[in-house]
Amino acid sequence: MTRPAVLILGGRSDIGLAIARRFAADGHPIQLAARDAAGLEADRRDIELRHRVAVSLHDFDVLDTGSHAALLDGLPALPGIAVCVVGLMGEQAESERDPLAAARVMRSNYEGPALILAELANRFEARGSGTLVGVSSVAGERGRRKNYVYGSAKAGFTAFLSGLRNRLAGKGVHVVTVLPGFVATRMTAGMDLPAKLTAAPEEVAASVERAVARARDVVYVRPVWALVMGIIRAIPESRFKRMDI
Amino acid sequence: MMLSGWGRFPRQECRTSRPRDEAELRAALAQGGAIARGNGRSYGDSALSPRNTVDMRGWSRMLDFEPDTGRLVAEAGVVLGDVVAAFLPRGWFPSVTPGTKFVTLGGMIAADVHGKNHHRDGSFGAFVDWIDVMGPDGEVTRCSRDESPDLFHWTLGGMGLTGVILRAAFRLRRVESAWIRQTMVPAPGLDAAIDAMEAARDSTYSVAWIDCLSRGEALGRSLVMLGEHAAWDDLDRTRRDAPFVIPERRRLRVPMDLPSVVLGGASLRAFNALYYRNGARKRGESLVDWDGFFYPLDAIHDWNRIYGRRGFAQFQCVLPLDASRHGMRALLRAISDAGTGSFLAVLKRLGPGGAGMSFPMEGYTLALDFPVTEANLRLLDGLDRIVLDHGGRFYLAKDSRMTRATLRRADPRADLFQRLRQELRMTPSFASAQSERLGL
Repeated sequence: MTRPAVLILGGRSDIGLAIARRFAADGHPIQLAARDAAGLEADRRDIELRHRVAVSLHDFDVLDTGSHAALLDGLPALPGIAVCVVGLMGEQAESERDPLAAARVMRSNYEGPALILAELANRFEARGSGTLVGVSSVAGERGRRKNYVYGSAKAGFTAFLSGLRNRLAGKGVHVVTVLPGFVATRMTAGMDLPAKLTAAPEEVAASVERAVARARDVVYVRPVWALVMGIIRAIPESRFKRMDI
Repeated sequence: MMLSGWGRFPRQECRTSRPRDEAELRAALAQGGAIARGNGRSYGDSALSPRNTVDMRGWSRMLDFEPDTGRLVAEAGVVLGDVVAAFLPRGWFPSVTPGTKFVTLGGMIAADVHGKNHHRDGSFGAFVDWIDVMGPDGEVTRCSRDESPDLFHWTLGGMGLTGVILRAAFRLRRVESAWIRQTMVPAPGLDAAIDAMEAARDSTYSVAWIDCLSRGEALGRSLVMLGEHAAWDDLDRTRRDAPFVIPERRRLRVPMDLPSVVLGGASLRAFNALYYRNGARKRGESLVDWDGFFYPLDAIHDWNRIYGRRGFAQFQCVLPLDASRHGMRALLRAISDAGTGSFLAVLKRLGPGGAGMSFPMEGYTLALDFPVTEANLRLLDGLDRIVLDHGGRFYLAKDSRMTRATLRRADPRADLFQRLRQELRMTPSFASAQSERLGL
């Protein structure tokens, strides 16, 4: 039985690689797309050696939206599953000061990911099958002073995924929105994160695989985050605006 | 971060870093006093450095495999169990494996681990072709038997004190199945156990579980286990269909630190007696899977918690062949008289020794655990003296409490190693709590 190929957009990130390994362990060929893809050669070898699946590397810059179609044309085959884990946290203070920095965060978390998934969605729709997975963030559920530039872009991405799911329902294409809370990665190394709310990249990968297999719509990697965000969303704006959370 | 070895004794607050690549590792080493740490399976303080503990678990990629020779190139943080998972289905098994599959490649090289086939095949180092080591100045040297042979020689068994092991090439062995033909030989006393192992010098694997609390005539009674990789022909029809598939094991977990009464003298003595009688009933040949044969304790997660909050000290020595019977008898008598010790003690025949500070020498090795108590620490000092009197030496990967003087009396190589480290400026760049305690 041959399994459908899995495209990982953002294949260098800890979460991206963990997802690649998880699907490879299940026999899926892997397509890793990232900037300077040649630098992923050791990871490619590792996944091939451990899991005996084909792994291909593809140069991909999420901000270079004009090149998205060419990237997809260059894949060995249109994947059955595509997972977008691209994201850029940025520094909130810098985003407040420097419009270019803010734009980079907005484009990296919303414009780029949405457009590459849009391109894939059209091709999946034409084929009549496939699963798209967008890794968004709980930060998109309510803007907070500490990271609202990043959060607003994630909010846009979450809304985009929701609309895409709505459009493709009944067309054989499924869209999964994954909402990790804190994840222990290079991006968060050195931050003081609460252990109960912090997932390992492997946990995110397991929850992505499960969500794809069960065709779930929206999943929180750690269920406690549904509760946390439910509470945060329920606070009236008049109170929320004075809080520091 | 509070760290300890597998024995959970001693515990120390250690500054740790988790470098991703050579540049980050170089930056971490610049702080000095560094020791690399893998999965924390050495028992004592070998992989602790309060100043600078370098977590190498992120270096976990397999890089190359030659299907003709079985040579695997991998990064130091690759876990042995992952190697088995990836390559046993292709007919390859580690040439040498310690008693747990949760060790990393770097740790296996640093401790130059041995397995149940040491008497025939030597230690892990015998199957290592080359090692990449990052030295004190951040330079990476590829060492082998031909290139930088001194560095190679002292890195095997060097406990991470020659630099940080980054990656290595090592050879796996061909096997036809995931099964072991095991022969169980009950030995009613120490002499019978040693006789059985001497008679089985041709067996690929041999090891004895020894009842460390039996007395008198029964002193040293053992279950000697011999093993051979089962050929495809040795399997029954159902197993032949899928020779590398074994049944899923039940996993247990020790949920908390057990109070010390559970492993008090009386229950321990009863457990050991029962274990021996049970095993003796299973004498003869049987087919067991690789996981149960090589890694019986891996099925019990966190088994190190059974000795309670204070942790335990593992004791492992080797005595030269001609002093083995006399010396082992003296050790067992001291342990049995004290009425303490572990539910799993191991006696094994070792072959000739190998590289640098590598532990094995031709003779017999004894390994067992003691819960950390004042009385047991005194007992351990006494055992050290017996080992010294018989010309034996100690396994650094197990040690947590030996003194500098004991090490030097046991092992003339220690001074040599210490001097070499100074000459090559490995001190003070690389240091562990153990190397400081032992003056290495």
